[in-house]
Parts: sequence; structure tokens; C-alpha cells
Amino acid sequence: MITAGIDMGSRSIKVVLVEELKVDGAPALKYGVKKSHIMMPGDLDQDVAADKAYNEALAAAGLKKEDVKAVFATGAGRKQVAFATEGVTEMTAGAKGANFMFPMCRTVVDVGAEEGRGMKTDAEGKAVDFAGNEKCAAGAGSFAEAMSRALQMTLKEFGEASLKSDKSIPMNAQCTVFAESEVVSLIHSSTPKNDIAKAVLDAVASRVCAMVRRVGIEGEVVLIGGMVHNAGFVQSLKTAMGVDTVSLPDMPEYISALGCALIAAERQH
Amino acid sequence: MIANYGYKDGSGEYYISIDTDKCIGCTADRACLTACPKLMFEIITDDYDDEVAWVKKPNCRTLAYDCADCKPSAGYTSLPCMTACTPGAIKHSW
Repeated sequence: MITAGIDMGSRSIKVVLVEELKVDGAPALKYGVKKSHIMMPGDLDQDVAADKAYNEALAAAGLKKEDVKAVFATGAGRKQVAFATEGVTEMTAGAKGANFMFPMCRTVVDVGAEEGRGMKTDAEGKAVDFAGNEKCAAGAGSFAEAMSRALQMTLKEFGEASLKSDKSIPMNAQCTVFAESEVVSLIHSSTPKNDIAKAVLDAVASRVCAMVRRVGIEGEVVLIGGMVHNAGFVQSLKTAMGVDTVSLPDMPEYISALGCALIAAERQH
Repeated sequence: MIANYGYKDGSGEYYISIDTDKCIGCTADRACLTACPKLMFEIITDDYDDEVAWVKKPNCRTLAYDCADCKPSAGYTSLPCMTACTPGAIKHSW
């Protein structure tokens, strides 16, 4: 049996196709990832973009629509996926996906383009506590992206630059718009770019950390979402949370789509 | 599950926490729905197929202002939503 999970993020659409594996003698059902696919939508109509991303994923996996038993959607735009059988929240999908990759995980930190959130999960991957920031993007990837643009750097360069700094410059602005003017002031005062990059990523990490502390840091901590590709942010977050180690999936942006596909598979039984 | 709805901004942390384990099978006859003067609560079926209360999405971004009328500065000694929720599922962070 094959199921699909679609994560309709505010920046990109992620599709994961999961196949139920038959393992003789195994006490529980096993699942394997058949194909994962990401698309940056070029269409403002989210439903059309989701359909395109899904068709591309099916083509890449050599599958037809009728081969897929159920399609579940998650993410900010999940309600726009008209062909989805059901929708689940980002918390439920993220917790499930993180638990599948790291069964000992009890704390999940999800930082995407528009929103960051902290979750606590049980041994089955069920979200038991969550907190997000529903007001602005100050604790998310688009904030870091806007600041990297102000410094004329790519996001990758931005993350690497922050790792070269050991200074702590507090950023007072909570809002992306005001923070940008603070970055410009730092540029004018000849602050090295590395220090500014670290200041920005420390600020994002501190906001994400406030949400994680609300649910409590417990057991293995897993970071998911596209921001996890930014090494500087991961370091800032580890420092803010006061933890030495965190678990990082190979493809962190797909974890919510994976969780979504796993929930779809479980609900077929 | 403890569901925290709200945000943190430059002025503070504004979250309404709903303990869904206490909310399922509500013994207060869903009194929160009418107790809130701004009608911020509604009943939804969550991802685990349980009927629970949540804070309506638009209100999640404006809690500091929406709840101001019920805070001590407006003359209340206890919050109407927390008082109405006798199982004790609702809490405010500020």
C-alpha cells in the first residue's frame, strides 16, 4: 500500500510517498519512503501548484494516481489541497515524522519559512504539547532570509558567516521590518558581517527557544524544517536551548510531509 | 495534549493554553463558548478525532487586545473563560 503526504508550506511544497513494507515476523508494520519531492510554486493558485507537485512526485516514482491509497495534506495551505483525502495540523505531522526518524525523540523543534514551533511528543509520535508563534515571522526562516539579503549574502553564506563569529550582539527589534533597519545601522557602524549574521540568527533562535521552553525540553531533541540546513542557526539554537546535542534528519524539510504520509497509512487500517 | 494558542512579541508573551485531556467530554457543557465576550472559542475535531475547544485563528494574533477587557485593569477579578471552564482546562500565560 502506498500513501502520500503533502506539506503545503508558505515557501515550498513537499511531497513524500510512503510504502508499507511486508516484513515477515515483524511485530509492527514497517514503512519505507518511496519518493520525496520538493517544488517551489510558480503559480499563485495553491491548488494548481499542489496538483503539479503531486504529479511530478508520482512521475518521479513511476506511479499513477490510482496506485496511491490516500493523500493527506498538512502545512499552512493544507486546506487548499482539494484532492487531499484529509488534512492534519503541522504539529501532528511533524511529531509523527520526527518520531519515525528518531524513535527516542521527545522534543521537536520545527522552523520553516513563516513559522516556528516547539512540540513535545510521546513514544508513539503523538503531539502532547505544542506552542507556536501565530503573529509574525520574526522567529522563522523568512526573517533570516530578509536579513541575509540586507547583507547581500545567500542563506548558506549567512549561516557559515555566523559560525565564524564569537561575539554576542543583542538585537532589540522583534519585527522583521524594524530588525532590517537595525542591521543597516550595524552595517553603518562597520560591524563585521560575521557578527551581524550571528546576531540575527541568535535573535531567531531566542524567539524559537521561547516557544520550546513553553512546552519544555525533554529527552532527545530533533530539529526539523528548512531552517535546519542553516548550520549557524542550529548552533545558535543549541546555545539558546542549553543543549549539547540535537538530532538532525538528512532532509529536515520533508519530515512533516513524511509524518503526514505515515498518518495516512495508519488510518487505512 | 496542552495546546498553546497565541504569540510572543516585543510587549510580552500572550498564550491561552487548553488542556485537551480535560476538555474532551467537557463537564461544563462547553460554557467557554458563551462565557468569552469576544466569542473566541469554538469546538473542533482535532487530528486525533477528539472534539475539543480551540481559539479561533484570527484571535490567536490579537490576544493581548482581545483579552484586555476581561483582565483586572478592566475591573474583573477572575477571567470569565477560566471561571466558566470548571474542569480547569483553560489557562492564560499573562
